[in-house]
Amino acid sequence: MEDIAQELLNGSRLALSRAITAIENEYDNATAIMKKLYPHTGHAYVLGITGPPGAGKSTLTDKLAKEYRKQGKTVGIVAIDPTSPFSGGAILGDRIRMNSLTLDEGVFIRSMGTRGSLGGLSHKTADAVKAMDAFGMDVIFVETVGVGQSEVDIVKAADTTMVVLIPGMGDDIQAIKAGILEIGDIFAINKADHDGADKLVTELNMMLDLDGVMKEWRPPIIKAVANQNIGVTELVETFKKHHDHIVSSGQLTQRRTERTKNEMLDLLSSNIGSYITRNIVDTGKIDKMVEDIKAHKIDPYTVVSEILQNMLK
Amino acid sequence: MDKRIRVLVAKPGLDGHDRGAKVVARALRDAGFEVVYTGLRQTPEQIAEAAMQEDVNVVAMSILSGAHPHLFPKVVDLVRGKGMKDCLIIGGGVIPEGDIPALKAAGIAEVFTPGTPTGKIVEFIKTNVK
Repeated sequence: MEDIAQELLNGSRLALSRAITAIENEYDNATAIMKKLYPHTGHAYVLGITGPPGAGKSTLTDKLAKEYRKQGKTVGIVAIDPTSPFSGGAILGDRIRMNSLTLDEGVFIRSMGTRGSLGGLSHKTADAVKAMDAFGMDVIFVETVGVGQSEVDIVKAADTTMVVLIPGMGDDIQAIKAGILEIGDIFAINKADHDGADKLVTELNMMLDLDGVMKEWRPPIIKAVANQNIGVTELVETFKKHHDHIVSSGQLTQRRTERTKNEMLDLLSSNIGSYITRNIVDTGKIDKMVEDIKAHKIDPYTVVSEILQNMLK
Repeated sequence: MDKRIRVLVAKPGLDGHDRGAKVVARALRDAGFEVVYTGLRQTPEQIAEAAMQEDVNVVAMSILSGAHPHLFPKVVDLVRGKGMKDCLIIGGGVIPEGDIPALKAAGIAEVFTPGTPTGKIVEFIKTNVK
């Protein structure tokens, strides 16, 4: 494939797939691809789906995607599962719940392993989303790994974040702890046909009441039973309401400005990191530096300032 | 560069037993591969499309029902038709020795029958992925 970015823009699904691989594996052509795709991004509505393992994120994503397809929207899905910290391998199993979307030409699903990232996404998720955005997907779902309490990177990547919870996971003190419950623009109580769903709704409402100040957007709590398609239409309507709200309140612009800034800083740090690896670590210069510091010939602070000064020359 | 070998483990056809596929998937994960598992009862069209969307290096199929002479070659054709020229396609399951030459001629790179140590599959993939 000569020009992956161009073929992607021309509508080749294989090119989209190859572009994501290049990005994820940091192939030499990845930056060139992203440069070419970047002007074509910014059109998609990015929905984050997060929640604990087994909450039904994939099943719900599958149903929501179908609902958007009924409305004629094209859908991209980036589904993330954990990479083993021991072997580096991963079982990416989110597609199992989405098999009936596979042959829909208006849908593209890509599974990614976290590859060492701890925030619930992989380092390259944002760029994979951009590739789907440039391809022309109207709605892009980002499904995080099953999260615990503090994996909140999704909020930086998505326009709207939905936290999926299920009944029976703990008492109300869990609901006032910090973390994922703070990032929900929408709460979905999945498996709401199980005992304890109403109690969970009450607990979440009490948590939201504690916010005190009247916010412009109080996260709605929607009960759903994903595998029976219950609550799905309501969720899509709620996404629409939230989207309208963040557009009219200027929050979407604000969120995207913040995201652009974060992404730029990440890119900068990662390029500085590679510079250090290439010029200091791989060349072995670091060993001499460490020796000198150990022998107290020089202090680490001076060494670091010198490295930075040399880099900026 | 952070290249990982990606493998689609797929169960084409109608047999409902995926114990073997899961054992293989687990072994491939432990070998450091990213394994996309799509579950039971997949059509060749679904397998080929999933392989393309996931840009896998390997498609590994398991069949226990005897439908391999029909389904394996069909998946090969569809995967190649998607433009995935280098994708390694392998098969396993209850497959009579006599059927293997025809499957290989149809583009199945290797066939692993019951009793194969999982390490042999890992080695084969490591050696043959381009």
